[in-house]
Amino acid sequence: MTGTGAGTAPPAVPAVRVPRRRGTELALLVVAVLLSVYGYCDVGLARNGTVPPGAAGYGAGLGVLALLAHLAVRFRAPYADPLLLPIAVLLNGLGLVLIYRLDLETPNDEAAPAQLVWSTIGVALFTAAVLLLRDHRVLQRYAYLSVVTALILMIVPIFFPAVNGARIWIRFGGFSIQPGEFAKILLAVFFASYLAANRTALAHTGRTLGRFRRLQLPTGRVLGPLVAIWLLSVGVLVLERDLGTSLLFFGLFVILLYVATGRTGWIAVGLLLAAFGAFAVGSLEPHVHSRVQDWLHPFASIDAGEGPNQLAQSLFAFAAGGMLGTGLGLGHSILIGFAAKSDFILATAGEELGLAGLCAIFLLYALLVERGYRAGLALRDPFGRLLAVGLASIIALQVFVIAGGVTGLIPLTGMAMPFLAQGGSSVVTNWIIVALLIRVSDSARSQPVGEAVR
Amino acid sequence: MTRCIRHAAAFCALLLLALLVNATRVQVVQSDSLDHNPANRRQAIVRFGQPRGDIVVDGRAVTGSKDTGEQLRYERTYKNGPLYAPVTGFASQVYGTSFLEEAEDDILSGTDPMLAPLPLWNDVTRAQNPGGKVVTTIRAPVQQAAYAGLGGKRGAVVAVEPATGKILALVSAPSYDPERLSGTSRPVADAWTELNGRPSRPMLNRAIRQTYPPGSTFKVVTAAAALDAGVVTDPDEPTKSPSPYTLPGTSTQLTNEVDGCTNASLRTAFVWSCNTVFAKLGVDTGLSAMVDTARNFGFNDRGLRIPSPVAASTFDTSLDKAQLALSSIGQYDTRATPLQMAMVSAAVANGGSVKSPHLVERTTTADGDVVDTTGTRTLRQAMNPGTAVRLREMMTEVVEKGTGANAAIPGATVGGKTGTAQHGVDNAGTPYAWFVSWAQGADDPEPSVAVAVVVEDASADRGDISGGGSAAPIAKAVMEAALSGGGPR
Repeated sequence: MTGTGAGTAPPAVPAVRVPRRRGTELALLVVAVLLSVYGYCDVGLARNGTVPPGAAGYGAGLGVLALLAHLAVRFRAPYADPLLLPIAVLLNGLGLVLIYRLDLETPNDEAAPAQLVWSTIGVALFTAAVLLLRDHRVLQRYAYLSVVTALILMIVPIFFPAVNGARIWIRFGGFSIQPGEFAKILLAVFFASYLAANRTALAHTGRTLGRFRRLQLPTGRVLGPLVAIWLLSVGVLVLERDLGTSLLFFGLFVILLYVATGRTGWIAVGLLLAAFGAFAVGSLEPHVHSRVQDWLHPFASIDAGEGPNQLAQSLFAFAAGGMLGTGLGLGHSILIGFAAKSDFILATAGEELGLAGLCAIFLLYALLVERGYRAGLALRDPFGRLLAVGLASIIALQVFVIAGGVTGLIPLTGMAMPFLAQGGSSVVTNWIIVALLIRVSDSARSQPVGEAVR
Repeated sequence: MTRCIRHAAAFCALLLLALLVNATRVQVVQSDSLDHNPANRRQAIVRFGQPRGDIVVDGRAVTGSKDTGEQLRYERTYKNGPLYAPVTGFASQVYGTSFLEEAEDDILSGTDPMLAPLPLWNDVTRAQNPGGKVVTTIRAPVQQAAYAGLGGKRGAVVAVEPATGKILALVSAPSYDPERLSGTSRPVADAWTELNGRPSRPMLNRAIRQTYPPGSTFKVVTAAAALDAGVVTDPDEPTKSPSPYTLPGTSTQLTNEVDGCTNASLRTAFVWSCNTVFAKLGVDTGLSAMVDTARNFGFNDRGLRIPSPVAASTFDTSLDKAQLALSSIGQYDTRATPLQMAMVSAAVANGGSVKSPHLVERTTTADGDVVDTTGTRTLRQAMNPGTAVRLREMMTEVVEKGTGANAAIPGATVGGKTGTAQHGVDNAGTPYAWFVSWAQGADDPEPSVAVAVVVEDASADRGDISGGGSAAPIAKAVMEAALSGGGPR
């Protein structure tokens, strides 16, 4: 860790630079690519007894993408955390393997080729971001542009037809993108920027609420715009029935507010409001209400003679995997139906890789998140810290919301498993998130040792 | 701010922990109950994911498997389905299994742990064994003779090897093609509805699952009981039997179809099937001796399996004398499966010893390694060997000069007993024609086949229905097939 002895070392200590670890990153990338290729071959061997014809092309493609990204990091972010890129490549590669594997069950509806194209676009944008964005603090200037763009992106899908009950897609020329996915980065930038600029005012001014000192409310002038933006975005999402993203934005908002102000009271208020809001929406809005009912009684549709619903099928898939899984290509998670490749892709991982594989995947995400938080801890500028925490939290919350949903821990809300699930916008967005994390971790790790971190 | 970031990180760690705990709950703790949820199609997919093992008759498979490429991939096919349906039963994706398909399902579907190369091997590797084979005791020519003999008339034929209990033929008519129930398509559901709705009940296995009043064929049991109990010591000595016989305690008079039954000897009464003599004989022998003998032949046994469960044949254990008199000639509420009457005939042929009837000779792995064999097992001693010898003589006379002449086979010793069973309210139903018999080839040291035939042909003229007329020719054809090389190996 870079920020050792925080606040204790005198400034006079000579600057010793941390190791760059680019070789480690390259070695890990090789491992990540080989693992993905192995998985790809394994599917073919398990299904047909032969290595799939596209194995070489798949390996070469993933290898070239990884190398491209690595070179960009090597040139423009040499101090970046060496774990971030290999984890992203491994998750993306594994996602492609799982989608390819599910494509075998639906020969008329192949998703892997498109996903490979989107992954390429994602890596291209990652490379571009690493090359072009020299300092993350530049983003702070575009805070208001970000929030305006984010709101526009979120509002646009309202004018497009709903797909499977949610108005979150826009379609043109055979393509469909989910603008809300991009909005979450922009909102994270805005929140980080606004909170960094106003954190003193937020933390130390304003009236106390009666005798509860911890519930000291900031002045409306400072807090107002923030709450307005947040309410607006959540309102739009509710209109679009995008539950997962509303939950994500709420969590992001509360975490960043807490980190910026250090006031536990906000969390209490936030949770209280959330509980109230969740109860109201859950009991009044029919779409959400049915999701809650499914969560409480996943087998009700079986008892009613209608056969298992998606959640029940998902639970069956996880159970079938057990500890060690059925092996890639040998499960039956396609029984889940149309969302097997997107929202429910984790069920395939759970069935075919077992609890062992699932834990490995969770730990990969956890490492990604932890590395983001670590960068946040090491940075000096408040904006960078909040941005790192915000981006890492986006990943953490996404994983929790969707993984908790498909395993029956919380009510199911539509959301993409980062890198794993089919979905172009999601893959691209997550590559940009990793690019930004690379950027902030580069800044964090290139700071001379001894420079104080508060 | 650092402290808060650490708190937020801890919060994320808590979320991760919740996910891990929950995944363990689903994948480990609840996995068993979820795997066995009836709505979970995985077990069916695995079950039908490989070809089912074959059922073998005379060295040739009478079943097959068809790859449909669908989710439930392999469907069962049957060669000569209607002929072997009472043996094989059906194996349906939708309606489950029956008879051998059901009884030997673990072997055929490959789930039997005995098929694995090593104990617990499959639990470790998650491998599934190819379905094993079930080799039956059925002899194809005997089965075909029985099926052709019935010619679609309602009824059943069972042929067993007396010395071993091997079932050589098991036929029920009318039959059906079990292949119609394979698969998941619409015609399968239609076939199921149609077969269940037909009044002739083609899916009923009359040979082992239907009981009939055995009529006069039950006189074999009564004779055995009377001889064993010492009520009759010399079969040629005249009995004190009036004709007609007034049932004890009633004014009902029992008559005979033939003349000359008054005070007839046991032999004469047996050969000409005198109701009056046997009704009185049953009463003289007494309820407990009759019940004991019937039980020793296999009546009132609810646990018989071949390995499919066999419907229990019954001889009532609490009867007044009039009821006992009627029961002793196979009426009142005495009921028997065709298999049970074949066992009765086989017991006579085999010196009084009832061998456990069985349909499966051995089960093997797909490669032919033997998993299990069904050996010969004695169920009970039905009567003294001396009694068996006397009954054998009497049964032979039935064929040589009595009611069973239609079953005579030149060059072979054949014993038989006819039966015509009244049933229905006031005996209004069409009578069932019975014939039980055994045959011994000229060069054979022992009788090599015992047969029971029942014909319930509702369309026949009532006057034509008699064991000797309808059933004996079928038994003859079956015995001929068994004696001429189609018999025991």
